[in-house]
Amino acid sequence: MRCLKTALRSTLLAVTGLAVVGAMCGGTALADEGKRGGTLRILARAGAGTLDPHINYTAQYFQTEAFVYDGLVTFKKANGAEGNIVVADLAEAMPTISPDGKTYTFKLRKGIKFSTGKEVTVDDVVASFRRIFKVQGPTASSFYNGIVGADKCLAEAASCTLDGGVSVDAATNAITIKLTDPDSEFLQKLSLPHASILPADAPAKDAGNDPIPGTGPYTIESYDPNTRLRFVRNPNFKEWSKDAQPDGYVDAINYDFGLTEEAEITAIQNGQADWMFDPPPPDRLPELGSKYAKQVHLSLLAAMWYAPFNTNLAPFNDERVRKAVNYAIDRSALVKLFGGANLGAPSCQILPPGFPSYEPYCPYTVDPGAKWSKPDVEKAKALVKESGTVGQKVTIIVEDTTVARSIGVYLQGVLQQLGYDATVKPISQNIQFAYIQNTNNKVQMSVSQWYQDYPAASDFLNILFSCGSFHEGSDSSINITGFCNKDIDAKMKEALSLGTADPAKAASIWTAVDKLVTDSAPAAVMFTPKQVDFLSTRVKGFNFNLQIKWVMSESWVE
Amino acid sequence: MRAFEVDERLGAEAGAKAPASVPPREASQNPWAVAARKLRRDGAAMVSLIVFLVVVALCLSAPLYATYVSGTDPFATNLNGEAVINGQTTPVLEASTEGLGLGMTPIGPTWRIGPYVLGADNQGRDVAARLLYGGRNSLLIAGVATIITLAGATLLGVVAGSFGGLVDAALSRLLDILWAFPIYLLAISLSIVLISKGFDIGPISITSGSLALPIVIIGIVYVPYVARPIRGHVLSLMAQEFVTAAIGLGVPSWRILWVDILPNVATRVIVFIPLMLALNMMTESALSFLSIGVQSPDASWGTIIQDGQGLLYSRPWVALAPGMAIALCVLALNILGDGVRDALDPKSKLR
Repeated sequence: MRCLKTALRSTLLAVTGLAVVGAMCGGTALADEGKRGGTLRILARAGAGTLDPHINYTAQYFQTEAFVYDGLVTFKKANGAEGNIVVADLAEAMPTISPDGKTYTFKLRKGIKFSTGKEVTVDDVVASFRRIFKVQGPTASSFYNGIVGADKCLAEAASCTLDGGVSVDAATNAITIKLTDPDSEFLQKLSLPHASILPADAPAKDAGNDPIPGTGPYTIESYDPNTRLRFVRNPNFKEWSKDAQPDGYVDAINYDFGLTEEAEITAIQNGQADWMFDPPPPDRLPELGSKYAKQVHLSLLAAMWYAPFNTNLAPFNDERVRKAVNYAIDRSALVKLFGGANLGAPSCQILPPGFPSYEPYCPYTVDPGAKWSKPDVEKAKALVKESGTVGQKVTIIVEDTTVARSIGVYLQGVLQQLGYDATVKPISQNIQFAYIQNTNNKVQMSVSQWYQDYPAASDFLNILFSCGSFHEGSDSSINITGFCNKDIDAKMKEALSLGTADPAKAASIWTAVDKLVTDSAPAAVMFTPKQVDFLSTRVKGFNFNLQIKWVMSESWVE
Repeated sequence: MRAFEVDERLGAEAGAKAPASVPPREASQNPWAVAARKLRRDGAAMVSLIVFLVVVALCLSAPLYATYVSGTDPFATNLNGEAVINGQTTPVLEASTEGLGLGMTPIGPTWRIGPYVLGADNQGRDVAARLLYGGRNSLLIAGVATIITLAGATLLGVVAGSFGGLVDAALSRLLDILWAFPIYLLAISLSIVLISKGFDIGPISITSGSLALPIVIIGIVYVPYVARPIRGHVLSLMAQEFVTAAIGLGVPSWRILWVDILPNVATRVIVFIPLMLALNMMTESALSFLSIGVQSPDASWGTIIQDGQGLLYSRPWVALAPGMAIALCVLALNILGDGVRDALDPKSKLR
């Protein structure tokens, strides 16, 4: 009974924390009626690399992996806040969790088959968990390192067994996962594609362009990263849970690569394609918002555009300078560069609106309070003067995209206004994110974005600003700012440990941490973006899920 | 001894055309004057020269234009700015009000002398003022890079061609190595490395945002392309009778180089000037378009085209104007180059 209560608490945490998101995005149920058949034609400028669901860490393929693969649990395929609820997927029901929060026991559904026709067994489950480490998945050391035996797997991937961590009972179809410490976000982490259950004989290396069979309503028929990724119906799929993995409407999905964003827009306007992954180019937005308004869907994202400062390099090793830039930034101007007030909202704090533990807070404005109103340039200049750093050189590293470059040029102007000798350097989108993380590159300031992996405050605060996320000389140092405040770190650890036992207290600590980090200004949060989905007229049944965005399998074509 | 083979040829040609009864004027015997006269008679080349000089003059007047005509700082963002057009105050960046109200559109061309004659870019900056400032940088980079290319190529070509032997072999292989790289690949590779880190070796220090970087990079990558034909020309000159005679008379090598070789090479180098200017201008634009040439807040025609890339649909003039400026200059320089070649080096197959 106590175990059940614990499980319920975890679920309640996810639900209550996201009530605001629900109010904002609307909690409408997914469409029930639709037309089966036809082919969905979708576009992207380029493919997104490997098809391996344990390795690929891109929003582009997270979206399609959602209808090809399943985990033991998953996020509900629903609009709004409901989409953040974790539901049982390949597991018969939500797991029972031991009173100490360290042991999760699942029971695997019977009769579910991979697209090859082979039935999913507990052996596939244990092999899949081992595979996360064997292929050195990008989140193996951050999301799944709490499983007993994970430390050995991280040290010696090839011989990973997860002994004592993941055990199964073939007779009862039971799967037991043991953790070294309680983790209130473990079920959310299991809901990500990186914890997909794959056949036990899946290669213990990056599958690359060769698709691995899955259990979802679609399977990958062919993939050429330069031209097309084609999905067709999985002949062995039978819907077991509409919440977890609903059947799809269209018979096939063609994901074509190679067109520019401009050409993609034109193709959709002409009815030659149905949707584009890439954000529409800024100069086409007015046209889309007016002539094609009925085909455009706007959705608020749990994300932020921000400018991380290197808190270990001058002049940003001085908190006054970081605060000065925060005060000087005209966030409404930045929103204009992003496409206007209907596509973004100014923000000063780390947690995005509607996120768990979010409480509106903005100290960097003329009237500090809940909302940003306008920049306080005089205060900013006074802080810079006080810091004695006027005239120092600052370089801003941005992605070589239209919006990022524009923001970089704007920030350069702000820094020059404050008295710095600022330059902006756009570098390739492919390498910028890794480049700004590596301390060897001595990046002083950059422009970046962060989108939620799963709905938990720690996904922003702990991942981006904890001492543990900072790794000197590594391309995988997601704490780009190098910010490490022992007191704040201790509070984050406290919140993480309380997450299972006392979620309400944990939530209030995260709220406080959000304010503390914002006050320390390791970064300048600029705005919260919205997602623009432009669909052809023949696509019906648009549903937006906070995790995977447009749920393609739930739309149909006429 | 024939000191000026090509020049004498030009003089002879000019003399042949002169009526036999009329003694050739003194000026016509000067091969440089003959070449200048031939160039002046080339209408297309003269028009091209005038067009190019007008563009240069306009670009040099950029500060005056920004101060007295546009009245804006072409390097400062102006996202919340307003402009008075036809007596009406208009936001420089206007939010769409139709339908879902998505996107911001910069003010379009007014086509009237004053602010925003070519409209604004996505930072709210006056495109016309930036076009003129950008032209200054494009022309400066192309001009200085041309000097570097021609000086380096002449030095290497003359030394390799005249000294021959091991020196020629070593220099030729060095040029071959440089030539082995596709020109844009080499320029892009050098730019990526140097623009990200700057250049700092010994007493030479160039900051990453300096215009000196694209100048040096562009200047160096084209050296083999000019040095090769110059070396070939020097080799052919060295086999000429007047050089053999000079050697036979015991004239010192430096004097042969200075008096016999360099003057003959000079005509070919001059022919290269407009052609290299055009080529360098295009290379600079390409590098700047790829963000590895001129760095913000400086502008060049390449960077302005890149700024306009995101506005091609709604504000095409942001990209079209610098594109047309490049096309106009390159066309003018190429036509001028043909004219100069016809005037100075009519037998050359160089293009």
